[in-house]
Amino acid sequence: MAKLLGGIATSHIPAIGVAMDQGLENTPYWKEFFEAYPPVRDWLYTQEPDIAIVFYNDHGLEFFHDRKPTFAMGAAAQYENADEGWGIAEIPPVTGETELSWHIVNHLIEHDFDITVCQEMKVDHGLTVPLTLMWPGHKYGHVKVIPVAINCERHPMPKPSRSYAFGKAIGDAVRSFAGDQKVIVMGTGGLSHQLDGQRAGFINKPFDLYCMDKMVDEPELLTCYSNYELVEKAGAQGVELNMWLAMRGALEGEGKLKELHRSYHLPISNTGAGLQLLATDNAR
Amino acid sequence: MANIIGGITTSHIPAIANAMANGLEETPYWKPFFDGYPPVRDWLNEKKPDVIILFYNDHGLEFFIDKKPTFAIGVADEYHNADEGWGIPTIPPVTGESDLSWHIANSLVEDGFDMTICQEMKVDHGLTVPLNLMWPGYNYGHVKVIPVCINCEQHPMPQPKRTYALGQAIGRAVASFDQDLKVAVFGTGGMSHQLDGERAGIINREFDIDCLDKLVSDPEALTKYSNLDLVEIAGAQGVELNMLIAMRGTLIGEVKELHRNYHAPISNTGSGLMLLEHTMPKK
Amino acid sequence: MTQTVDIPGTIMLDGPMATKGYPLNKMCYSFNNAAARNEFKQDEEAYYEKFKLTEEQRDAMRKRDVIAMLEAGGSIYYLAKFAGLLGLSVQDVGGLQTGMTTEEFKAFLVKQGEI
Repeated sequence: MAKLLGGIATSHIPAIGVAMDQGLENTPYWKEFFEAYPPVRDWLYTQEPDIAIVFYNDHGLEFFHDRKPTFAMGAAAQYENADEGWGIAEIPPVTGETELSWHIVNHLIEHDFDITVCQEMKVDHGLTVPLTLMWPGHKYGHVKVIPVAINCERHPMPKPSRSYAFGKAIGDAVRSFAGDQKVIVMGTGGLSHQLDGQRAGFINKPFDLYCMDKMVDEPELLTCYSNYELVEKAGAQGVELNMWLAMRGALEGEGKLKELHRSYHLPISNTGAGLQLLATDNAR
Repeated sequence: MANIIGGITTSHIPAIANAMANGLEETPYWKPFFDGYPPVRDWLNEKKPDVIILFYNDHGLEFFIDKKPTFAIGVADEYHNADEGWGIPTIPPVTGESDLSWHIANSLVEDGFDMTICQEMKVDHGLTVPLNLMWPGYNYGHVKVIPVCINCEQHPMPQPKRTYALGQAIGRAVASFDQDLKVAVFGTGGMSHQLDGERAGIINREFDIDCLDKLVSDPEALTKYSNLDLVEIAGAQGVELNMLIAMRGTLIGEVKELHRNYHAPISNTGSGLMLLEHTMPKK
Repeated sequence: MTQTVDIPGTIMLDGPMATKGYPLNKMCYSFNNAAARNEFKQDEEAYYEKFKLTEEQRDAMRKRDVIAMLEAGGSIYYLAKFAGLLGLSVQDVGGLQTGMTTEEFKAFLVKQGEI
C-alpha cells in the first residue's frame, strides 16, 4: 500500500521564485524567511518521497473564467510551466505520475467529488515555487508530482469544509493504492493577505498563528469558517487557507501527527508566510 | 419565485439535425420519430417557459480530454455553436441567462457540487439539436438557456445517484430564486446505444421503456444502477441516461406524464421522448 | 457567493462582477503571451476594441486606476498581469489602491508583524 509520510504547508508567492533566481536568500529582507526551510529540506532528503501531491491555486496561467473548475487534478506524465505575463523565470518541466493520479481520480468521482481531470495542464508559480523551495536549483525532477488546483479566485469557491473533505478523500485514495510508494502532500499559499481594493495589504498575524496552531490537532475549528469569514479575517486571498486544509484533510486517518517544524514570518511580499511540517507514523 | 413547470426527455443525435436541414421529416424512416414532437411543441408554445435548463454532454466541441469537467454549467448571456468537424450545420447563437445561472452555480458549490463554471462556452449538437427539435427553424432565440454539461465520455463518470443529486440541488436552487420565471428542464441524449467496438449497434428496447416508466414513477430506482451496469445493459453510450436522470432530479414536486413516444432505431439509438408536467412542492 | 455584509475596501469577485468584468479579464489574460503584450503596447486603444471592453473599463485602463478596474469587474489575478506589463510590483499596486507611496505601503505591511 502507498504510504503518506506527512504534509508540508508553505507559501508559494512568486517573489520567492524571483529572490531565488537572483540569489537574494541572504539579504536582510529574505534571510529570516529562507532560514526556516533547511529543516524541511533535510526531512525530505531523509524520507525520499516518491510522489508529492501538491494543492495549489492556478492564478490565470492554465485556467481562465471561460471554464474555471472548482477542483482540477492532473493525470499527466509531465507538466510544463509557461510565461505568466509578469516576468518570473520559467522553470523546467515537472515530472508527473499517471497511475496513482487515475486511481485518485476514480476514487474521487466514486465519492461524489466532481473534479475536472487534466491530461495536459500548465502549472504556475503556485506549484512551481514550492517545488523550488523544497529542492533548490530546480532539482525536483526525481519527484513525481500530482497537481491539484482549487479555485481561490472567483466566488463561489469550495468551502473550507468541502476542501478538507476533498483532501480526506485523496488521502483515503492514496491509502487504498496497491503500490509501495512514499507520498507527501503539500498545501501551498496563504496565509493572510489581500492584493485588491482599498484594503490591500491587510495581514492578520494573530489569525495566521491561530490557524497554524489548529492545523496540528484541531483542524475542524478551521473548517467551520465560510469563505466570506476567511475574506474578513484573512483578506481576499486569505481563502488560500483552503489548500492548507486540503493537505491537512489528506492526513486525517493517519492518527496523531507530529509537528516537526513551524515558522511564520511577515511580510513576505504582501503576505504572512507560514511554513509547517506535519509527519505521520509512516515517516522514518 | 422561479417555478419549474415541466421536464422533457429527448434524443439529441446529430442525424436529426441533418434530417431537419434536408427536410426529411415525412420520409418513412423519420416519420415515426418526428410525429412524436408536435404535442410537446404545442405544450411549450402554450406554457411559454422563460428559461430552459438543458442537461447534455459535450462531444468534443468545447471540452477535450486535456481538461474534462465532471459537471460544467454555463453562466453566460450567449452561447455559440461551431464547426464540429463532420458537417452538421452550425446554428445561430443561443440566448443565455446569467442571473439565474450564477444563482444556481452559487447554490451548487455551497451544496458541495464541484462545478466547472463557464463564462464562455461553445455548445454542440447535444444542446442545439433538442432546441431545434422543440422550436424548428431555429426559432429558439426568445428562450433563455442554461447549459449543464455532464461527462459521458471518459471514465470515471459521475454515477446515476450523483447526477440525480445534482438535479435535485438544481431544483432546490431554482425554487429559491426570487424572480418569477417559468423554467422547463430538458434531459437530452440516450437512450440505449453503443457506437464503438464489436458490440456497436446494441439497442435494449425493453430496458429503455422500463427507464421511461421509472422516470415517471420511481426515479430513485434508476439511481441504483452504476455506470458499469448501464454500459452493460444499455451500451457504452447508454450512460447518457444520466442526463435524463439529472432532469428528473430537478422535479422535486409532483409529476404527471403528458406525452411519450419511444422509437427505435433512430441512427444507432433508441429514442425516448417524454413530457412530464411538474407542480412545485408547497412551501 | 452573495455578498451580504460589506467588508470595507473589498470588492468580492462574484458571479455578477465576473460577468461584468469578462472582457477586461479576458484582455489581461492574453498578457500571458509576449506577442500580445507587444501588441497592447503598440496600440492600447485598438487592443481595447479587440476585446470589446466597456467604456467604463477603457476609462479605468486609460487612467491606470486599479480601483476603477476592480469596480468594472477586474480580477486581481489578471490585473496583476497588466501590472507586470507596466513593470509594477504588488507593493506598487498596493500603494496605488490605498493612496500610499510604495514605501509607505511596505512600512504598513511590516507594522502588521509587530503584534
